[in-house]
Amino acid sequence: MAEFIQILISGLSAGSIYALAAVGFTLLWQASQTINFAQGEFVMLPAFFVLALTVKLGLPLPLAIILAIFLSVLLLGAVFKKLVVEPMIQHGTLPLVIATIALGLLLKEGVKEFYSPLGQPFPSLFPQDVLSVFGAAVSIPDIANFVIAMGTIIGLQLFLARTRTGRCMQATAQNPDVAQILGVDIKKMVLYTFLINGALAAIASVLITPIYLAKFSNGEVLGLVAFIAAIVGGFNQIRGALVGGLLIGVIDNLSAGYVSAEYRQAVPMLLLIFVILVRPQGLLGTSEGRAV
Amino acid sequence: MKRAHLILALIGIAVLILAPIGQKNYIIYVLCSWLMFSIAAMGLNLTLGYAGQVSLAQASFIGIGAYITSLLTLAGYHWVFGWLAAMGATFVIGLLLGYPALRVQHHFLAFVTLAFNTIVFLVLRNEEEITGGSFGLVGMPRPEFFGIKTMPQLNFYYFVLVLFVISAFVFWWIVHSPWGRAFKALRENPIRAESLGVDTRRITLLAFAIGSAFGGGAGAIMAPLVQFIEPGSFALIHSLKILLMVVVGGAGFFYGPMLGAAVVIILPEFLRFTEGYYLIIYAFLVIVLMVYSPSGLIGLGSKLMARFRPKQEVRKDMAKGAQL
Repeated sequence: MAEFIQILISGLSAGSIYALAAVGFTLLWQASQTINFAQGEFVMLPAFFVLALTVKLGLPLPLAIILAIFLSVLLLGAVFKKLVVEPMIQHGTLPLVIATIALGLLLKEGVKEFYSPLGQPFPSLFPQDVLSVFGAAVSIPDIANFVIAMGTIIGLQLFLARTRTGRCMQATAQNPDVAQILGVDIKKMVLYTFLINGALAAIASVLITPIYLAKFSNGEVLGLVAFIAAIVGGFNQIRGALVGGLLIGVIDNLSAGYVSAEYRQAVPMLLLIFVILVRPQGLLGTSEGRAV
Repeated sequence: MKRAHLILALIGIAVLILAPIGQKNYIIYVLCSWLMFSIAAMGLNLTLGYAGQVSLAQASFIGIGAYITSLLTLAGYHWVFGWLAAMGATFVIGLLLGYPALRVQHHFLAFVTLAFNTIVFLVLRNEEEITGGSFGLVGMPRPEFFGIKTMPQLNFYYFVLVLFVISAFVFWWIVHSPWGRAFKALRENPIRAESLGVDTRRITLLAFAIGSAFGGGAGAIMAPLVQFIEPGSFALIHSLKILLMVVVGGAGFFYGPMLGAAVVIILPEFLRFTEGYYLIIYAFLVIVLMVYSPSGLIGLGSKLMARFRPKQEVRKDMAKGAQL
């Protein structure tokens, strides 16, 4: 039982970080029909901003993290939208998918060539102590990651539901034409979505990188997980991405513990195929009226 | 027009026959590898460019084909049986995979194939008793036909070339058959195609299965070509690369995948001086290309042509883009 709780908590912790990436993924999809295949690399990159700022420029860690979040909002949010998405969106979904695949490759190879092909140690944000909860060993970073990630998502949800800007963003996602007629500046709303995605990716990056090393190839797995979480939970719901992320985190850890370490990666895939067969709109998703 | 096409194709084949003569073994190897990837990309072109469905599992079909061929040839059977088994198996797997995925429309084939590719990779890596695990399989014999050995690199090149020409011909035939027209109709306007009596689901499924079988065929060539296969060569990233090949060359054009495969396989050999930066430059150029010409290099070419010959209408095939 203690072991189960332990696995469950570390699964939830990892899952909440996956959920951050998945929520960003879902937001982009809703606002601009962008399937971002570079999402994993978006989560990989900000950690290297932090490393570059602390190691190369000698800035203190908290300042470096704030600057890194700012940088990714700027580069992965605004610049990405301006230079990649905007000129391509008129051509339909496929060219954009190809472009984001290429962008992912570009970021990955860029980090490998210009920073380092080796895994870099990343400073831990929290003390590495272990607490004992009902006999289960629970590490403080796990709890802190969970709290921060969930806090971010709940904050985002409140922003979207309770503020005027947030509601305008939702309106834009649901029906851009009507939103525009009602006086919503839809271009601005779509831009906000991209900025939020940049920030979410940066937060996810700072939280998850201490668990592994900072490596150029981190994005491969993260991107896939975010992708699966978004589809399993429901492509058109933030709640869905949240549930999907947590579910994948827990299932991944459980299958590593109880099924087999070799096939742990396959379990989320089977879940994905199963969900597509049984409930294609995702666990919490609603059937999309919009032609994709 | 048809005659011009035939002449162009014959010139192309003549160039391909002459190309490897007097070249070093390594260059011939690169050419073989290009022909092989062209076959795989051709298959994906059928799925993507003609039937408008995104498959992210072409590398896994190459893998399945390569492993089946390797296991059969290592067990002493002739390569031809491996080839047939590889194409047959990938065709059936394509049907089984596509049937449920295409039940729901739109982008779900992309997601299902993405998951499938990852699962295939894990099975190849973990089932060590059959697949050799991460060490892979080594020493597949090159086949012999009527006493002619394909062990020398040049002979093997011509062997691959023959398979390439057969595949290209089959591809051409499919595209110009009533099926091919149905594929195109489907991509252009699925609702209208359906109203004209095209069974859209069956046709899409067939396109995907045939496309997958091309991947299996390419895998059957890869086994004796490289004579070493391991799971890493068939990971998801390679499927993405093949997808890039098709789109960069020009999805929905006959010569598109061959051009795209050349950009990925042959061009790096000439650009050795760029060292590690090749992929960076390539990725950057793909993004630029997608902005200016979403229909790929061939689309770019015909755009430029149209500028000089204003009367000629640019193909509008990809104007809307395949639906993901």
